[in-house]
Amino acid sequence: MTDLASDDPRRAMHDMGGVMKFMCEPVDVEAHALTAFDREVDALRQILGMKKVMGVDELRRGIEAIPEADYLRLGYYQRWIRSITDNLLRKGVVSEAELRAALEQAK
Amino acid sequence: MSEALAAGSRIKVRDDWPEARGPCHIRTPHYLRGRNGVVLRRLGSFPNPEDLAFALPAAVLPLYHVAFRRADIWPDVTTDDELLVEIYQHWLEPA
Amino acid sequence: MSDILETGGEQLLAALRHVLEGKGIATTDEIQERMAVTDAANPGQGARMVAKAWVDPAYRRAMLQDGAAAAEAIGIPMRGMPPLGVLENTPETHHLVVCTLCSCYPRAVLGYPPFWFKSAAYRARAVRDPRGLLAEFGTLIAPDRKLRVIDSTADYRWMVLPMRPAGTEGSSESELASLVREGDMIGVTVPAMRALQGEKR
Repeated sequence: MTDLASDDPRRAMHDMGGVMKFMCEPVDVEAHALTAFDREVDALRQILGMKKVMGVDELRRGIEAIPEADYLRLGYYQRWIRSITDNLLRKGVVSEAELRAALEQAK
Repeated sequence: MSEALAAGSRIKVRDDWPEARGPCHIRTPHYLRGRNGVVLRRLGSFPNPEDLAFALPAAVLPLYHVAFRRADIWPDVTTDDELLVEIYQHWLEPA
Repeated sequence: MSDILETGGEQLLAALRHVLEGKGIATTDEIQERMAVTDAANPGQGARMVAKAWVDPAYRRAMLQDGAAAAEAIGIPMRGMPPLGVLENTPETHHLVVCTLCSCYPRAVLGYPPFWFKSAAYRARAVRDPRGLLAEFGTLIAPDRKLRVIDSTADYRWMVLPMRPAGTEGSSESELASLVREGDMIGVTVPAMRALQGEKR
């Protein structure tokens, strides 16, 4: 199954359809229960969308901007929270100083 | 392409690679660029996610369900299998 | 800015929640409420639609025409949700849904996407090696039957209306609904008589 078209070097790493390096990877068909963290990130994303603070397309752009090694290493909702943080900082909804203070306080 | 496409129209997906030019967010999978397909039906109109992703004002664009033969994309495919993919009008040109 | 993004997800979430709560953008109550609403959507919702479509030809036609309206018609909340398209399996054609770009999933009627749907292997292989992928789910599609793979990339969400299993002629609508699993409505599996026969799901 060698086919250069399916592995065009110009493709973005999240654009995974037909990518050869995953062809021999079996699918993990087991159920994995979501954690409280997963569900909270999901809920937070929805609230930010409903309040027009940040849309789902912005979430996706932020996920797609994660470097490939991190993208493949991070769990699904770990990518989400990273993108949400990136977006809220970029948009000035949250300042870096506020976030650092909150991180410090939580230690 | 700016005119509305009727069901059955033969189209080609633009062979364009915005991701090679800089930050972008696109919904047209890489494996369809430059490929021929047939419009199945129009799915309505939606704001362009390529702009929404950057919180920019987004034009409302027609969205189509387009059918492709898998064998036209990957020559080793021997079945009649198809792909159905939602594609925005600005990615389509006449075949 | 980049080093702050390297912070662990749990810490980022806790810090963001603290800051956003202070700004009144996302309060603890709002997050709890959203979690409850989201948890309430589950494959049982889609299964009710499928079972109704099997016994009610008018409902089946309406569902294939407009999945969201059909969902609402039996009390499934669709407000604020993307449009829902329904693709019907037939003796000639089997449908399989994937999102190769991320994880678009008909959440209103099936709930959270399962782990496998979000995996790189599923996303890559569903378009390139769909029959091999289906075999891993224990699903074999006859070579002369057409397979249609739906790459769900944009504004619609897609669910599959599976074929009614043989031997269910006398089954009630609720018995039929109990046969339909999550994967059957994405096309990785097909419903069978197993539940009525008492076989473990």
